[in-house]
Order: sequence, then C-alpha cells, then structure tokens
Amino acid sequence: MPIVHKGTVVDVKKVGSYFVLTATAADIPKDFKPGNFVAVAIGDERSSLILRRAFSIYQVNDRGVYGGTVDIVVSPHGPGTDYIANLKRNDPINLVGPLGKPFSLPKDPVPCVLVGGGYGAAPLFTLAEALTARGCRVDFILGASTQEKLFGMLEARRISTTLSVTTDDGTSGVMGRVTDVLPDVIKKSGAAVVYACGPMQMLKAVSEVATLHGIVSQTSVEESMACGIGVCMTCVMPIIGEDGVTRMLRSCVDGPAFRGDKVRWDEVGTIPADTWGAPEIGGH
Amino acid sequence: MKRVPKRTTVDMSTKLGRLEFSSPVFTASGCAAAGKELDQFIDITTIGAVVTKSVMLNPRSGRATPRMAETPSGMLNGIGLQGPGIDDFIQNDLSWLSQKGAKTIVSIAGNNVEEFGKVADKLRDIPGVIAIEVNISCPNVENRGQVFACDPYAAADVINSVRRNVSASIPLFAKLSPDVTDITEIAKSVVKAGADGLSVINTLLGMVIDTDTLLPKLSGKTGGLSGPAIRPVAIRCVYQIRKALPNIPIIGMGGIRNGRDAIEFFAAGANAISVGTTVFNDPEACVRIHDETAEILQEKGIRSLSEIISAAHREDL
Repeated sequence: MPIVHKGTVVDVKKVGSYFVLTATAADIPKDFKPGNFVAVAIGDERSSLILRRAFSIYQVNDRGVYGGTVDIVVSPHGPGTDYIANLKRNDPINLVGPLGKPFSLPKDPVPCVLVGGGYGAAPLFTLAEALTARGCRVDFILGASTQEKLFGMLEARRISTTLSVTTDDGTSGVMGRVTDVLPDVIKKSGAAVVYACGPMQMLKAVSEVATLHGIVSQTSVEESMACGIGVCMTCVMPIIGEDGVTRMLRSCVDGPAFRGDKVRWDEVGTIPADTWGAPEIGGH
Repeated sequence: MKRVPKRTTVDMSTKLGRLEFSSPVFTASGCAAAGKELDQFIDITTIGAVVTKSVMLNPRSGRATPRMAETPSGMLNGIGLQGPGIDDFIQNDLSWLSQKGAKTIVSIAGNNVEEFGKVADKLRDIPGVIAIEVNISCPNVENRGQVFACDPYAAADVINSVRRNVSASIPLFAKLSPDVTDITEIAKSVVKAGADGLSVINTLLGMVIDTDTLLPKLSGKTGGLSGPAIRPVAIRCVYQIRKALPNIPIIGMGGIRNGRDAIEFFAAGANAISVGTTVFNDPEACVRIHDETAEILQEKGIRSLSEIISAAHREDL
C-alpha cells in the first residue's frame, strides 16, 4: 500500500547533469518493486506549485541509519524539478509511494536487455538486481545526447554481462542511438525480453526493434501526471488490451510499465478512432 | 494505516436537507475517481461522502493529452469526462462503494437534456446512492454553448429531466458554473426546477499558452481552472447564493486546501464542502481538512460546526 511520508532529505549529490536525492521514506522501501515511482510535493503546504512530480525509484534501502530511504534522479528542467534539485540535507520532503505497476519479471531465467535513455535509466538498476537474482543474464545499453547526460555507467557495468553506450554526439561510446546497437546485443545475448525506460521516442524505437526480433519489450513510460495515484485521469495513453480493444489507460496505475507492443506509440497524444468510448464526431 | 478523523469534542456533523453526515468534508467530483484509489490512504467511509466523477450514458474516452497544465496555485484540466458509462459504473464502482459502506453522491453528466434523464433513470433504487449531483457546468464538453449552467432555462430543463427520472426521495444537487453574470439567477432557476441543493462551484474556463510553441497547452485548447487560485471566486459565489436562498443546502468547493479555507466556506454559507484539486497534492486531504477544521473550532471555543455556517452574513441580518 502506498503511503504519504513527511520525510527529510538525507543527501543530494550531483552526478553528471543530474542530481541524486536520497530521502527518508519510512516503509516505502518495504513495499517497493522495480519500476515503482514516488510522487514528490513541491514546497510546503503553502506552495503555489500544488502538483506533485513523479520520479522512478532509483535505489531503496529499508534498514539504513535513517530507517527506510529512497533515491531518485532529478533532471532540473522547470520550477518543480529545480526546487527538488536545490534541496539540502535535512530539508523536509513529502513523498507518496510506492506508486505504479512494477516491471513484470520473466518466470524463467532468460537473458534480458535493459535500455536506459539519460536519467530514464534510474529504475533499471534495481530491476537488474531482481533479474540477476532469478538467474537472468543482464545486458545493459545506456544512451544519451551527450556524455554528461549518461546515467549509471559504473553501476551498469558492475551488474551486467555487457554494457553498450551510445551518445548522439559521440562523446562517449558509439555515436548514434540505443537502437543502433540494440539488434546486435539482442542477437549476442539471445535476449528474450527488452526492458526500457527513457524518452517516448526511444521507447517506441526500442519496442519496434524488440517486435522485429520476435521478443517481448517492457517500456516504462513518462506522461505528465497531476496526482500519480489514479484519480485525475491526466496521464492517459492509448493501450491495446488483452481483448484487442484500445483504451485510454492511466500511466500512473495501469503503468508506468507497459508491454511495448501494446502501446500505440504513433497515436500517443491522440484518441485513436477505434478507442473504447472514442467520440464519433468532433471530440470530447 | 489508513488515515481516519481524530476524535474531537466538536460536533462536526452537518445536514443537507434531510441528509445527515458525520463529517462535512466530501470528495469533489472528478478528483477522487470512484473512491477506490483514495481508500488506500484514508478510510473513505469516515469522510462525509464520496462524490464520484461525472458519469455519462456511454463509455467515453475523454480528450487527447495534454490534458493538464499547472498554473499559479492551481491547474487547468481538460479531461473531457473520460469514463466507463453508467452501466459499467453501477456494476463496478457503485457496487464497490456500496459494499464498503461509503456514502455516495453520484455526479452525472449528459450531452443533452435527454441523456441526463436516461443516466438518472439508471440510478433508481441503486443501493448506497444518497444523492445525485447534476453536472450541468463541465467546461470540457464539445460545445461550450452546451454548458447548461450558463443559461437559466437550459439549466432548469436538465434538472427537470433528471427530477422526472428519479424517485422523489432522492435529493438532487445542481453543480453551478461561476462563469456567469449572476449566479443567483441560475441558482434560483434550478431550485425552482426541482434541485434540492446546490454544488458551488465548478471550474472556471481558462487557457494556458505554451510560450515555446505559441499554441494552447491543452489539446482541447481551453480547460477548467481549479485549485486555491479560484477560492475567492468560490467564496463569493457561495456567499451570494446563501444570501439569495437562505435555506438551500449548499456544498461549497473551489480551492480548499486546509481547515482555515474550509471555515471560510462554512461562514459564507456552505453546509458541507468538497475537496478537489488539493487531493492531488495530498491524498489524505479530506481527513486532514476535517481534523484541521475541528481543531480551529475547538481553539475558538466553538462546540458545533453548525454555529459558524453562514456566520459571514450576520451583519446583514
């Protein structure tokens, strides 16, 4: 069960272009599963920014010096994320979590490729540990626009059989996109599943490569959210259900991890005409 | 542990006509889905009532994203009434609420007068439904001209249609829009048409433009503004309606964030309140605001919530 936790900041570290924030989190780590996220309040109860910001949980510690803690990775790009990145040790921080449906794990110890775009890599490290614990081989691909926007290289190397790196500008690893190296990694590792988290365009491309190779992909999506707990209906995406019907599903409670081949990537931001309850003419 | 209201010596019970509630704090339609998600954080049977998201006759996808933009002390939303349709809603959501023992006020919407009547008819004799809130003021409908609450005759037509299709014993609350010249005129019109009470206010129609693309941020271009930014408008509306209709039950809403905000609404004339956008910030808000209101009343030496309802009008009496 998710909780509302009035915690404090334990640490904020700058890592490349990002900030890794550690906060006390009470029992959030106990219920945590890889792929879960927390929703962080911006400012106190008088703040004029009233919508929480959602962050994948990067690491958890359920019995440290501070009791339970969670780590999140923040990329400052607006007033909310700037606020969080500027928090200091001992500042109050209000978290709701753990939220969202976690990644589905394979029943058998099959090889898996984990693809992270920028700080989108954050939820993949606890996933890698969970997969390794099941006997799965893990191969990592990290990509970003430039070197300092790569996240978690050392860690990825430590917990994977192979690590491939791509940057758009060639400042680190192969110059190009994650999908330029993905087919080769799938072939060499004999992967049965690809997990991905990062920008929507990357998720779409990864999902297509996986489908082309006849393997399953699990993509953790990022849609703008207002509540994170399933009540506001802001973060919906067109997802094909098991009955073949497309519905506008909430990425906060029905996701954020969806099977890549079930997301109608080209129609995100639209209501496909055959969606359950789609308008006949005009719009809603 | 799910949060429940603290014990208090203050009598926090309230009445809306014949309906009695142990707490004056309700959820607001569209901000609590059908209660299930919030019940992870608070025991929803311990708040006054769950007001469910407006349901229409048929399943409805709602609008494309982006559906939301953050604004100073508030937000703009254009969800477009996404929902499962009344049959599925009764089968899944209402049965869950009824099984839980939650007091449920069902918010209904329609594209036209007839649809309102049909949706209302489906709610006959459904257990657990204590009242119907008639959403005649959602700004996110196909045609802004169809916002019934902007026209006293259209508003009355809808209430009439709903009244004819439900049992005489079920109270109807008409949800009003602040986007009118004189809200008391609409209020009087719907009361005359058979509304037993009023929900005041729905969101204000607004727009946010993305300064990079120079286009409206929401896919539906306009949306409903909510949150603390609109509270003074809501207080004014409740106050004006209370003055015009001294005995009509009012559920007040619009930017309530804490107990002090709640007290403003009660003093303006609300008999109960709904907490909406604040729930996105604090899933425990309905219980917290109940507790804070009780604490403030206790500090003031006031023993019963009923003592402050409409208190802001006493100088005019």
